[in-house]
Amino acid sequence: MFNELTEKLDGFFSKLKGRGKLTEQDVKAALREVRRILLEADVNFRVAKEFLKKVEERAIGEEVLKSITPAQQVIKIIHDELIELLGDNWTQLKRSKEPPTVYLMVGLQGSGKTTTTGKLGNYLKKRGMRPLLAACDLQRPAAIDQLERVGEQVGLQVVSRVADTPLEVARLAKKRARSEGWDTLIVDTAGRLHVDDALMEELAQIKEELHPAEVLFVADGMTGQDAVNSAQAFSERLGITGVVLTKMDGDARGGAALSIRHVTGQPIRFTGMGEKLDALEEFHPSRLADRILGLGDVVSLVEKAQQSVDHEKAEKLAKKLKKAQFDLEDFLDQINQLAKMGPLENLLQMIPGAGKALKGVQVDPSEMKHVEAIILSMTPDERRRPNIINGSRRKRIALGSGQSVQDVNRLLNQFDQMKKMIKKMSGKGKKMPKGMMPPLG
Amino acid sequence: MNLFKKIKSGFSKTRDKLVTSIRTAVGAGKLDEDVLEEIEEILITADLGVETSMELCERLRKRSQVKTLVGDEVLIAIQEILEDMLEENTSGRPVDTDEEDDPENEREIGDSPATPHVTFIIGVNGSGKTTSIGKLANYYSRQGEKVLIVAADTFRSAAVEQLSVWAERADVEITRGVTGADPGAVVFDGLQSAVSRGIDRVFVDTAGRLHTNVNLMRELEKLDRVAKKIVPDAPHEVYLVIDGTTGQNGISQAKRFMESLPITGLIVTKLDGTAKGGVILPIGRELKIPVKWIGLGEGMEDLVPYAPEFVVRAIFADAKLDSLVEQDINEDEYNDDEE
Repeated sequence: MFNELTEKLDGFFSKLKGRGKLTEQDVKAALREVRRILLEADVNFRVAKEFLKKVEERAIGEEVLKSITPAQQVIKIIHDELIELLGDNWTQLKRSKEPPTVYLMVGLQGSGKTTTTGKLGNYLKKRGMRPLLAACDLQRPAAIDQLERVGEQVGLQVVSRVADTPLEVARLAKKRARSEGWDTLIVDTAGRLHVDDALMEELAQIKEELHPAEVLFVADGMTGQDAVNSAQAFSERLGITGVVLTKMDGDARGGAALSIRHVTGQPIRFTGMGEKLDALEEFHPSRLADRILGLGDVVSLVEKAQQSVDHEKAEKLAKKLKKAQFDLEDFLDQINQLAKMGPLENLLQMIPGAGKALKGVQVDPSEMKHVEAIILSMTPDERRRPNIINGSRRKRIALGSGQSVQDVNRLLNQFDQMKKMIKKMSGKGKKMPKGMMPPLG
Repeated sequence: MNLFKKIKSGFSKTRDKLVTSIRTAVGAGKLDEDVLEEIEEILITADLGVETSMELCERLRKRSQVKTLVGDEVLIAIQEILEDMLEENTSGRPVDTDEEDDPENEREIGDSPATPHVTFIIGVNGSGKTTSIGKLANYYSRQGEKVLIVAADTFRSAAVEQLSVWAERADVEITRGVTGADPGAVVFDGLQSAVSRGIDRVFVDTAGRLHTNVNLMRELEKLDRVAKKIVPDAPHEVYLVIDGTTGQNGISQAKRFMESLPITGLIVTKLDGTAKGGVILPIGRELKIPVKWIGLGEGMEDLVPYAPEFVVRAIFADAKLDSLVEQDINEDEYNDDEE
């Protein structure tokens, strides 16, 4: 996410780093370059203009010109201004005093409302709420089927096919949520163009009927300059209270995020980061600004790890590591925990500097599967005591896992190296060897 | 409503905005540097991209040096330059979408051909692939062809159901896989039955995928290999569907999809809003992919064949320019498409 923008800014900053001090001309020239970057990143023209004006005002002045490290100073200014533009820190979605709390999902066709409805339901459910979904998209063929399936996948009930108009379905859904004691109702609506008066009126009526705590505008992260028009229209007509930015797991630079935030003044709440129904992340402006400037996103990475790592297992492992008893079963555990954190590509992007260094590196999930298959083809005894694995056992394991004997050998070698390293590390007072971890697979 | 009028009404939002803002920028005065800069801004906000907009303005500047441009002359000049640029895009490729005119595709309707004409529809999630297929199927079915839709989007929940509804509306046949089935197998079965049933034209719907997902892009390559097993020269067309509201990322989408499959044309959807779909210009310039169809609404007939000069003129045409446009365009040529 935002990788291309980061890359281009990197190039621009390395140019700045080459010089001792900056002249006013330098700043102006550099900012022209930044303008181009922002426009190519689909940041709206006017938004970019205002943004740069602010940066320029702060950059061309004593602050930068007389400071010792001008490049650092410019980075900081752009960073600060980006955070300011993207908004304050993330806050939880609002709740109504009287249940059910209603969230109304609106947006253009194909922005990802139905999927996001499912993801949001899943997100709230994980946090102890009891959401009910309502299928009010009666326009797109089979949209109701889609939400029903999505609901099934995340284990949520869906109100559907109870009436002929979206308004009536919405009304009945709220009634049911109240009488059955669901604390949250998430309403999926049909995609519509912001210039379609009749359909916008329909949404306004649904809003009137439901009194939602939040009206969430679901926007495609790849949207171009037109993002300002649609966001503005939805905002004016419906008073949206938040934005969900979807398809951000692609390589879109996501300048739309800046534009939408600017014209609506409403916070970006979540970003959609993949096709799976748990791929919805809370949006953090400061983190995003860090990411834009190539500082990585360590906070997200740590949070992800905390969510998916089994603490008991982790403690057990720590003890084993201390005694240097690490065996292949532990190794398998590690792989499985890593897999739970989501696609490796996404994780790598959060590591500072990795975005650039690992550009184009694709981690093949099947390779992890192969390692898993090899270990699973061993007997429990072999996993605990890998040194008993002789030639004929290797052959058997290779056959059982569908890999070659060489693959088995390589895995065992790597494991051996790792074990040696762990031994060294847990040895008294010894420092970590320079080689660090051998690469997996 | 004839085709020209349909395109014109579909583009009315774009037209109003572009024409009005350029006209305001030019005013009654002549084309100076300030005005040029403003025009560049206007073009960028139409998603034409920085580079293309700059080049267009450069050409406009050169023209104005040869001959002073005043008032609406500027609009007409921009229109002509856009046309030139679009034509350069597709040079070497057939621009005409009416495939019956293309000797390669020529075929006697009613004869059952040895192999069906196979079109893959690909694109990112939510771009409008399924809906476009429904409309394409309708278009060719009305021309008397036997059309089969292969529903190979087995990933998205209910995508197959959605397509079934469209197939019913267009009154064409459909081969379906269940959700979660191997799309390769669905394509295989679909093409096999197309051959045995003497189908003229097959549209393969694929699951939406982000172009950065290498594993899913490989899956597309597999579908290509599977199709070739049944119909050796398939797919005859690969259409990439681009959402008209997409910004500069459209270029990246087209590039990455090109790496997996040879895209033969674009379908640009959702142009009935305020989006201008300007990204098709840089895509055409960089990748030489012509636009074949444009989506102008939700109705069955709202996908229309595309011809560059036609659309440029539809964008720019207004009350004052209409007379100019209508003189130049032979509308009958386009009306044929509708019958």
